[in-house]
Amino acid sequence: MFEWIQELADWVVFGLLHLQAGGHLAEALNFFIYDSIKILLLLFIVVFLMGIVNSYFPVEKVRNYLSRNKLYGLEYLMASLFGVVTPFCSCSSVPLFIGFVQGGIPLGVTFAFLVTSPLVNEVAIGLFVGLFGLKITLIYVISGVLLGMTSGLILSRFKLEHLLTPWVKDILARAEREGETFQAERTPFSERLPIIWEEVIKILRGVVPYVIVGIAIGGLMHGYIPEGFFERYMSKENLFAVPMATILAVPMYANASGILPVVQVLVSKGIPLGTAIAFMMGVVGLSLPEAMLLKKVMSLKLIGIFFGVVTLCIIFSGYLFNLIL
Amino acid sequence: MKNIKILGTGCPKCKRTTALVEEVVKEAGVEAHIEKVEDIMEIMKYNVLTTPVVVIDEEIKIKGRVPSKTEIQALLTA
Repeated sequence: MFEWIQELADWVVFGLLHLQAGGHLAEALNFFIYDSIKILLLLFIVVFLMGIVNSYFPVEKVRNYLSRNKLYGLEYLMASLFGVVTPFCSCSSVPLFIGFVQGGIPLGVTFAFLVTSPLVNEVAIGLFVGLFGLKITLIYVISGVLLGMTSGLILSRFKLEHLLTPWVKDILARAEREGETFQAERTPFSERLPIIWEEVIKILRGVVPYVIVGIAIGGLMHGYIPEGFFERYMSKENLFAVPMATILAVPMYANASGILPVVQVLVSKGIPLGTAIAFMMGVVGLSLPEAMLLKKVMSLKLIGIFFGVVTLCIIFSGYLFNLIL
Repeated sequence: MKNIKILGTGCPKCKRTTALVEEVVKEAGVEAHIEKVEDIMEIMKYNVLTTPVVVIDEEIKIKGRVPSKTEIQALLTA
């Protein structure tokens, strides 16, 4: 499927630049061109497809469905899946959170959504497909959904409603199950396409520079870090590796798109995949900017508990992956 | 005189929407009062789930995305 990219990279490096095959620079450049084109192409495809899903996804309808129906635990799965399809924009988290509370949806279910929403987003999926292949991407997505569910279920046991900010508690007190039906938007695809397209371009413009820099750094490291270098420090037997990686990852939000390509090289140099996935989940899923936004609806203590539970779940899934992969 | 409100918690998308609306209003020479609503309590009064939202004369016109210039033009001249 990607042979043509290899041919293109070969042509640029050997045909256009007349570099010697087998040389250090030629190999590095060839690798860089091939990787960048492949990853950006896949990133584009995934972001575009998710854009289409997004455009048609009836946010209100799902919220009302969750609000009206008793689902015997399935609501956690639904809320978590809901987090997958909603757009990656932490600024929508708060309105959605309030919207859930308003609709009388239990706090635990809302948390399930809140965990998965940033964790499984179009940019992360796109990069994962490009860097690690379909199988690992699926593992990442499924574990992201399970992680949201588990965190939500655990948090629902704690009865945390009293830790919401006062005005949210007011909303909670007045919450009612949504009954009204919303009129579906009937915009034809031809009119949606330019909007989706514009959105795709905006998203890509925001992340592509980081991705390129990440691939370049990864490419450099590729040549200089000896094979198996990390096995000494971060082997599966080292029990501190997973928690360390996760806790290191939480403050690294802004450069997630640049960090993924680097992590891929680290994995190829011997860092266990479970540790790496835990690290990436920490980078993508938990962030200080998100915590700042959540301060509007939650007390600091609740944010602490929320982040704590999610961090523990991430660490646990890191161990689990190291065991089974 | 149109009363335009842009609801958003201050994310990049909301800022871009505001800038676009201001631009179109200026270009089209429409008389309009543009208000940026960043207070989440105010925003939630409109019962929206996704931001940014463009409200014209208290009617929700666009929600959850940045509109295009032509779209705003159409909304303003309607």
